Amino acid sequence: MISPRVIREDILRMIHSAGSGHPGGSLSLVEILIHLYWKEMKIDPDDPEWENRDRLVLSKGHGAPALYSVLARRGYFSPEKLETLRKFGSDLAGHPHMESLPGLDCSTGSLGQGLGIAAGMALGLSLKENPGRVFCILGDGELQEGSIWESAMSIPALEQTNITVIVDRNRVQLDDAVKEVMPIEPLAYKWRAFGWAVTTCDGHDPDDIEKAFSTNSEKPLVILAETVKGKGVSFMEDQALWHGRAPDDKQLQKALEELA
Amino acid sequence: MRATREGYVEGLLEAGEKDERVIVVDGDVSRSTGTIAFRDKFPNRFFNLGIAEQNMAEYCAGLALTDFIPFYSTYAVFAAGRAWDQIRTSICNMNLNVRIGGAHGGTSVGPDGATHQALEDIAITRVLPNMTVLVPADSNQTRQAVLSSLEIDGPVYIRYGRNPVPELYRRDESVVPGRGRLLREGKHASIIAVGAMVAIALEAAVMLSKKGIEVSVADMVSIKPLDTRLIKQLTDTSELIVTAEDHQITGGLFGAVSEYMSEKCPRRIIPVGVNDRFGCSGTPEEVMAHCGLTAEAIAGKVRTALNN
Repeated sequence: MISPRVIREDILRMIHSAGSGHPGGSLSLVEILIHLYWKEMKIDPDDPEWENRDRLVLSKGHGAPALYSVLARRGYFSPEKLETLRKFGSDLAGHPHMESLPGLDCSTGSLGQGLGIAAGMALGLSLKENPGRVFCILGDGELQEGSIWESAMSIPALEQTNITVIVDRNRVQLDDAVKEVMPIEPLAYKWRAFGWAVTTCDGHDPDDIEKAFSTNSEKPLVILAETVKGKGVSFMEDQALWHGRAPDDKQLQKALEELA
Repeated sequence: MRATREGYVEGLLEAGEKDERVIVVDGDVSRSTGTIAFRDKFPNRFFNLGIAEQNMAEYCAGLALTDFIPFYSTYAVFAAGRAWDQIRTSICNMNLNVRIGGAHGGTSVGPDGATHQALEDIAITRVLPNMTVLVPADSNQTRQAVLSSLEIDGPVYIRYGRNPVPELYRRDESVVPGRGRLLREGKHASIIAVGAMVAIALEAAVMLSKKGIEVSVADMVSIKPLDTRLIKQLTDTSELIVTAEDHQITGGLFGAVSEYMSEKCPRRIIPVGVNDRFGCSGTPEEVMAHCGLTAEAIAGKVRTALNN
């Protein structure tokens, strides 16, 4: 297992170097992604296209810096590449673009689409009797997209259980707190009503995350991971302002000091 | 006379037989699109995802990512319009092998009225990178379009209609992306048509011939990639090009042909199509007449243009 600090430092350095990007919703994802790529998912970084691998759809594509860092640190490509984030000619696009980057299972970025794509992948794998599972990470603000609920309806209806959804519930979106912009509560109740098994966890506590993933259910599972937007950097935590803003030199320095 | 949707379903059944990767997805209109026949023949490869077109497009993206060849179909307004962002950002951006059946294209759903008449679908699909856009003119050609799509790498939009149209092609005449069909030759003008307007353009050609005006008629079944060689051939031999489509004039066939001609072979070009308006209820014939999509209208435009 890698230290979350390494991933957080990568995220901050990448976004600082790019001059733009989404630190808040990347920092909230770190422990979830570490769990997936080091413990949960059956993958082979030396064979990214391995047919029986588990797959991830990062539906909240603006969390790309966290995913890129995790993929690099897990061995899919050199961490040196990380500083090319969002730069011309780089395959580390602002939002995940799978064309040339090893380890990406799907391009994402337009919110609301990842869950249906993950469901289609899971359906394809079932039809092939492929043991691979599909994991899909959604933002909580993203749950305002109607298409999410179309997919939330069809996945249990098709009795698809080879898919697990994680909601990065950091409670803040671009403009403001989720509950101020457009409330999505009662969230667990909504997913249950749509036919899902629901569990919650502290999205920054590795043991609690692991416990949530081990939930047994005959229904598809959604994990509502309680997270903090901007986790680990005091001045970014819970701040909508840091949804999509790059730290300057001084802010980067301060953030790195806090993480050390 | 036979509806293009019948050809679509025939094509699907054969494609399903030929290739196990073919999956059919429908959005609660399988009795109308006819894909229910695929369900009956291949129950394990058919999914009805309800009235949720965005989700349907997303599932197909996921199926294509696991190496299947999904076809989803519903009314063209919803197939192309409701799910456009999914088509753009997921299907086309990842260049996925999703086939989209835009059923009931154009004014062919007459009585259902403006809400259900897809008059913009060609424009919004052909503007997307990686997309192939096929608009077959009869049932045999629609069947062939479905079968030819199996060989295409990347997304394909097939637009077809609801109502019986004259049969123009033999069953074995294949559809090749980037190739149109020259159906009639004449020296005075050329009509380039798609879909239901091809048979109507041929009617117009007969009318004009009786008045001593000889026109070529071409079927631009492959709007994207466009058959530029055929356009070049027509502009080399005639001074006037007329396009005919059951679609808005802007962005569709007229747009595609004009874009090419303005750069490579400027000639006079006149559109027959829906002129920046919505349709209305009525029989398809009434709506088409109301929108100026008739043989008389085409012939009239050709005559007026040649006289000026």
